[in-house]
Amino acid sequence: MSDERNTPFGPEPDLERRVGQLGDDPEMLELRADAAVRAREAELPGTGPRQEKVLEADAAAAAEQRRQRRYLVRALLRSPTFMTGLIIVLFWVFMACFSTLITQDPYAQDALNSLKAPSPSHWFGTDDLGRDVFARAMAGARTVLIIAPLATILALLWGAIIGLIAGFWRGLTDEVMMRLIDVLLALPIIITSILILSLLGSGTAIIIVTIGALFTPVVSRTVRAAVIGEREREYVMAARLRGERSAFVMAREILPNITQPIIVEGTVRLGYAVFTAATLSFLGFGLAPPSADWGLTIATERVFLQIAPWTVLFPAAALASLVVAVNLITDGLGRVWSK
Amino acid sequence: MLRLIGRRLLLMVPTLILASMLIFALAEVLPGDVGRSILGPYATQEQVEILNKQLGADKPLYERYLAWAGNFVTGDWGDSLLLKVPVLPTVMKALGNSLVLAAFALVIIVPTSILLGVWAGLRRDSVLDRTITISTLSMTVIPEFVSGVVLLYVFAVWLKWLPVTAMPPDGAPFYERLYYLILPAIPLMFLELGYIARMARVGTVQVLAMPYIRTAVLKGLPRRRVVFGHVLRNAMVPTVTVIGSQVGWLIGGLVVIETLFVYPGIGKLMVDAAQTHDIPLLEASVLMVAILYMVSNLFADIVVALLNPRIRAGA
Repeated sequence: MSDERNTPFGPEPDLERRVGQLGDDPEMLELRADAAVRAREAELPGTGPRQEKVLEADAAAAAEQRRQRRYLVRALLRSPTFMTGLIIVLFWVFMACFSTLITQDPYAQDALNSLKAPSPSHWFGTDDLGRDVFARAMAGARTVLIIAPLATILALLWGAIIGLIAGFWRGLTDEVMMRLIDVLLALPIIITSILILSLLGSGTAIIIVTIGALFTPVVSRTVRAAVIGEREREYVMAARLRGERSAFVMAREILPNITQPIIVEGTVRLGYAVFTAATLSFLGFGLAPPSADWGLTIATERVFLQIAPWTVLFPAAALASLVVAVNLITDGLGRVWSK
Repeated sequence: MLRLIGRRLLLMVPTLILASMLIFALAEVLPGDVGRSILGPYATQEQVEILNKQLGADKPLYERYLAWAGNFVTGDWGDSLLLKVPVLPTVMKALGNSLVLAAFALVIIVPTSILLGVWAGLRRDSVLDRTITISTLSMTVIPEFVSGVVLLYVFAVWLKWLPVTAMPPDGAPFYERLYYLILPAIPLMFLELGYIARMARVGTVQVLAMPYIRTAVLKGLPRRRVVFGHVLRNAMVPTVTVIGSQVGWLIGGLVVIETLFVYPGIGKLMVDAAQTHDIPLLEASVLMVAILYMVSNLFADIVVALLNPRIRAGA
């Protein structure tokens, strides 16, 4: 519902199939079957030569994995969408870290030079308090790039835990967890976060936790679907038969095999986290002035749109470029992995 | 079909109760002290206690929830703390304004995105296809207030084709109201454009691969008849299906766009109530949005069921 759609970028959505999209392509299934056979062989009580064979199989599997990874990296480096997105995101990461060393002071006010048009001394002009718009547009990356990735990591962490438990145990646990998750989605995300932030106050930490918590349901559904696809496979059976604890099977056996859908989900959520964090700032539930945050800047400077459009248009362009870039990365990853 | 609707309506009741509990909990439990959260940190403890007594906030939690929920059902929504007006008519008036904007936006969204998607699908893998796909998707991922201010600048400030505000002066005829709504509706359209157009495109591509299209082409049907008679009709089903699932995005978009254009809708009302800690107004407007959200999701499901015999029969 509110956040049910996947990123609009990425490979063609398959209208017939909804669950476990990424892991289901034939090549991966084959690899998995191989791994399962090897796992089964590895579990047989072995004598001398048998042991050696196991070691050989292990080495072969490791080499295969390395080959796969190299292939992936090469394919990503060749993908123009992925590289464009990556370069833009890296630019903003760099600016978030070091912009204050390069540009003018983004907080220095200069009442005599307020709302001045772009000029050689102020490339993007100045805002109503005479602050350099270029410096602020560059420094604005910092807040978004702190909030969005941390919120995404929280959502992935919680979502993975809930999804693993619900998908692995099924039954009543699954039912109860999924119903509770549904309640969180009973309202559009932006509205729930407004409720929470207006009543709890809004510091960076609260924003991160709120966005992380509200993104958890969708992540946990993705993880759950992937876990359900894995739990009947031989290697899981093997691990259970040799008496491993559930927590071990979930964390060490299943989790490594579903990293791909989790990473794709992570990049999708990152795009939405940037979107949500910026929107909350714009609505006045994010950071407080004088932060150079893009959403906040657009909200406070939009009254000057008619007389000094540069104060609004440059941060708007900066925010747009970051959001599109994150989605280009998702798109590239999805395309390469779906091949 | 009726059974499907009935079952979905019954399922809505527990979800709605849970949602109302969530809203109540967020609004009244999280901040700890209702009186304190309304009066702010500078009020004396005495003032806070008096207000709590007035609001009934000193009673046990379940009693307060039941009283609140009961009053909501019977239409007694109380008074706004800040505006000192009854909540019910205030919320309903704002809701009406929002529905006008949302309906207008939907009227623009649906044909535009289907048209673009089908067009891209018919010219699959061409430059046109790539251009349409990339530009519509970019518009969709960019936050609506960003596209909103850019459009405001281009069309209202620079070209001066459209008004800067979203509401005409009082007493203006209805068609003039729509003219004022064009600019707010376009960013709302962007929000959905990429996603719906993409579905229409995929639907078109899939339908084009069907044997009956080949038959239609081979028996010499003019291209126009093939596109409008066969492709469009069959590509519509998945497209209409996703439109319904986008209501949550549209509501989120309304909150932002109404704030940006200072449009007196329910989104703006909710943001204002949240910022001023006007708890009765906040609770009522959020619950109203939740109901609207669920009803429109139900409506979307019904439309999907009507379009897809498999779901219709399976229910």
